[in-house]
Amino acid sequence: MALPLGYTLRNLWTRRLTTALTISGMALVVFVFAAILMLAEGLQTTLVETGVFDNVVAIRKGSVSEVQSGVPRDQAAILETEREIALGPDGRPLFAKELVVLVTLPKRVSGDPGNVVLRGIGPSSLPLRPQVKLMAGRLPRPGSLEMMAGSGIAKRFQGGGLNESLCCGMRNWRIVGVFDAGNRGYSSEIWGDADQLMAAFRRPAYSSAIFRLRNPGAFESIRERLEGDPRLTVEVKRETKYYADQSEMMAKFLRIVGLTLTLVFSLGAMIGAMITMYAAVANRTGEIGTLRALGFQRRSILLAFLMESLLLGLLGGLVGLFLASFLQLITVSTMNFQTFSELAFSFSLTPQIVTASLLFALTMGFVGGVLPALRAARMQIVDALRTG
Amino acid sequence: MMLFRLLFRNAFRNRLRSGLTILGVAVAILAFGLLRTLIGAWYAGVEASSATRLVTRNAISLIFPLPFSYKEKIRQVSGVQTVSWGNWFGGIYIDEKNFFANFAVDPETYLGLYPEYTLSPEEKAAFFRDRKGFVAGRKLAEKYRWRPGDTVTLKGTIFPGNWDFVLRGIYRGRDESVDETQFIFQWDYLNETLKKAAPGRADQVGFYMVGVNRPEVAGEVAAAIDRMFRNSMAETLTETEKAFQLGFIAMTGAIVVAIQIVSFVVIIIILAVVANTMAMTTRERFGEYAVLKTLGFRARHLAALILGESLVITLSGCALGIALTYPAAALIKTKLGTYFPIFNISANTLYLDLAAALLVGVAAALIPLQRAMGIRIAEGLRRIA
Amino acid sequence: MGNEERPSAPPMVSIRDVSKSYRRGSRPVPVLEDISFDIAEGEFLALMGPSGSGKSTLLNLIAGIDTVDSGTILVGGLDISALEEAELARWRATHVGFIFQFYNLIPVLTAYENIELPLYLTSLSRKERQEHVEMALRVVNLSDRSDHYPRQLSGGEQQRVAIARAVITDPVVLVADEPTGDLDRHSAEEILNLMERLNEESGKTIIMVTHDPRAAERAGIILHLEKGTLTNDALSSPL
Repeated sequence: MALPLGYTLRNLWTRRLTTALTISGMALVVFVFAAILMLAEGLQTTLVETGVFDNVVAIRKGSVSEVQSGVPRDQAAILETEREIALGPDGRPLFAKELVVLVTLPKRVSGDPGNVVLRGIGPSSLPLRPQVKLMAGRLPRPGSLEMMAGSGIAKRFQGGGLNESLCCGMRNWRIVGVFDAGNRGYSSEIWGDADQLMAAFRRPAYSSAIFRLRNPGAFESIRERLEGDPRLTVEVKRETKYYADQSEMMAKFLRIVGLTLTLVFSLGAMIGAMITMYAAVANRTGEIGTLRALGFQRRSILLAFLMESLLLGLLGGLVGLFLASFLQLITVSTMNFQTFSELAFSFSLTPQIVTASLLFALTMGFVGGVLPALRAARMQIVDALRTG
Repeated sequence: MMLFRLLFRNAFRNRLRSGLTILGVAVAILAFGLLRTLIGAWYAGVEASSATRLVTRNAISLIFPLPFSYKEKIRQVSGVQTVSWGNWFGGIYIDEKNFFANFAVDPETYLGLYPEYTLSPEEKAAFFRDRKGFVAGRKLAEKYRWRPGDTVTLKGTIFPGNWDFVLRGIYRGRDESVDETQFIFQWDYLNETLKKAAPGRADQVGFYMVGVNRPEVAGEVAAAIDRMFRNSMAETLTETEKAFQLGFIAMTGAIVVAIQIVSFVVIIIILAVVANTMAMTTRERFGEYAVLKTLGFRARHLAALILGESLVITLSGCALGIALTYPAAALIKTKLGTYFPIFNISANTLYLDLAAALLVGVAAALIPLQRAMGIRIAEGLRRIA
Repeated sequence: MGNEERPSAPPMVSIRDVSKSYRRGSRPVPVLEDISFDIAEGEFLALMGPSGSGKSTLLNLIAGIDTVDSGTILVGGLDISALEEAELARWRATHVGFIFQFYNLIPVLTAYENIELPLYLTSLSRKERQEHVEMALRVVNLSDRSDHYPRQLSGGEQQRVAIARAVITDPVVLVADEPTGDLDRHSAEEILNLMERLNEESGKTIIMVTHDPRAAERAGIILHLEKGTLTNDALSSPL
């Protein structure tokens, strides 16, 4: 009983310019929509994957991140005696006292400054982070002024590459190795000896303590004990949650600003679709009368026009997604509002984003087309024939 | 003139279509205007900078402090008129959602460097007298309904603990570009507390604010200060306030660029919509244009008709969009006021709005113009029948 | 002259006390007033009259694309004035064939597809549809142009496609509104010949509204309408 799909397709093809313009508008909107979701997704992926579920991070109570935190030596020593800490392959506890300082380094391409994390590590730091692998050069010698840089830093910052050196805290730090941490936050850090850094930057305390749980399920009880201990002023989080929290503000900002924008844009695209469809209905008034006269029901007419605008939306969505998929080649480098430090992440296209984008596109097509389709369906046959 | 009347009436012949197109343009102009204003807000700090103020901070990064002992040495550099100092406190009011800037500063010198923060003499005196006193900007005080004499508690993140302050004055900005959302309290309060609780962190300053007597000497003074502390424990980096603010923006440069790109994407989208409308409209009027030609109208008259119609629509939409921008900006100011303390629609933005509307109006008419001017009368007349 | 012999079979179309008016602004304008007459099966009837006389309205009512204000219309024994819109649509699909002055072909469909269109409202398979369409094309002698689009066909050819479309579902009644109005003399002849053949050879009941006296000549019966009623010398038939 329905009008054949060919009818719909050919009508779109006949008015090619109009169809192309309407699809372009929708494609752009879907592009922006997908881009924003991909950006937020990429951001959270970067930060979430940075943590290991079995690891625990201890920072000073009330500090948002390692940057503002300070864990004095005595408290670090108390933490180190925890029974629940897993043992490494060498029999020593997997526990690291780390120091984080932010330095300003110029970017290679633009020369603009960026805040880069220098992380002072201990012997257990690398075993605690199996995701980090040496990519070039060698590991820095403990107790020396040698450092290794994350691949992101080596690529984008002056002085961060292999055999280059940084000059701060009145010392000359040489980069002897480059490590790869995939998409994770560590790629934007430079690692060196914690004690050397503490001395050079006159820091009286560590920034954080990181350790692995012997029994991953025991986290809650450990947390209660450590946070309740009167000798300590720390708060304790799973490493995964610690990093997830750090992206929260930025991800939220991106999502709110981005989705608001997209909503506004989608209004524009829907208006475009509406104009197109109203014109299509107006131009085919005679045709609509003929079809009704031939015996096609009102709902067939409604569906035919609705199908047209849904197709416009779908095509727009596909084009927009196609363009958005190229964004995956770009890396964004900016400052994380919460931690004040450099963060690099890329756009990440997931099946959920594809689905959401297509649904969004179809919704635009539907909303844009439903009123005109209703108008087409509601026409009186004789009026339509007379006008047509 | 007749042409004008004709094009005006034509523009509204199909009220639904014209109405929708105008609405579309209005939405686009609104979005564009808000985005440009957002970018302006990002640069607000730069606009508010003074050419006679310098910022001195630790050369390694903003996170590292400078010794308090530097104060005297900086004061002795020639060209320096005033030296103030302060620390970014980063305290939280109730919870993280209520974000606003809070600093510990040396009250007299700091307010001296910022004449654009206007306070009555009584308020100033009250602030100077009370070690726990604080001064807040008008917008901030209004948002949380603080009144002089109220006690406000901040939860420290960098300097842990709960810190109580008493509101002693509410400052107003001298003009629109001044940030009225700041929370300023006494550096001595911070320092004295630190001396007792964490002496290792006392007598350290986050930044020095240096006032010079003439803008021309700013560069020299900056260089002189930095030279003085080279090769010391804490090397300094002194910049004009403007350069300092620009440095911040550079760090989130990617985001600003993205917003700029997006603002142009909006324009492209709406161009597609208006071009669509004009294409359809022109196609439908083919026959009429042929008739006009038989009556003796020339190609340039047709061009004027089409272009005029397109511009009537885009400019109406522009006007509507601009009108909507003001309430929208006001809404954003109330909701996100402390993230974007300055969210004003500048004259520049309005000019850009207009330019965008004109551009779209002309561009959208181009292809239809081309088609219409090439009409042959007989062919066109046949289309009416 | 006068009444001719009416067959004893029940009339194909029976119009009883039908009135219809349109609203122009706030006042209703009467178009048909208490019309009654019958049309026998197999008749070729022409409706003539000055413009505004209501002949097109009457045609629309018989075809089921408009509804009466009062009175009844029976077509093939069915009271179509009592049918609801959806039922009317279903009825039209298989009982009425339309021929319009301006052909009203769907521009984005080929001649073949235009003719096939009404069959989508039936449950015929694709193969069955194909057979019917090819036969209809043969009847109107357009088999070699079946894949052309309307804009590639002349006026006469387009009207032939329209006629093929009109007969494809084997309707009981063909309604034609000024079928030759837009055609040159030669094409008009062709079309009228075709319609005559359909009436004589296939026994189709045809109701035609026309201005054209040459078209009216082909009809078996001519009814004159004036200001919404049949005029006194309404029934006249050419010798």
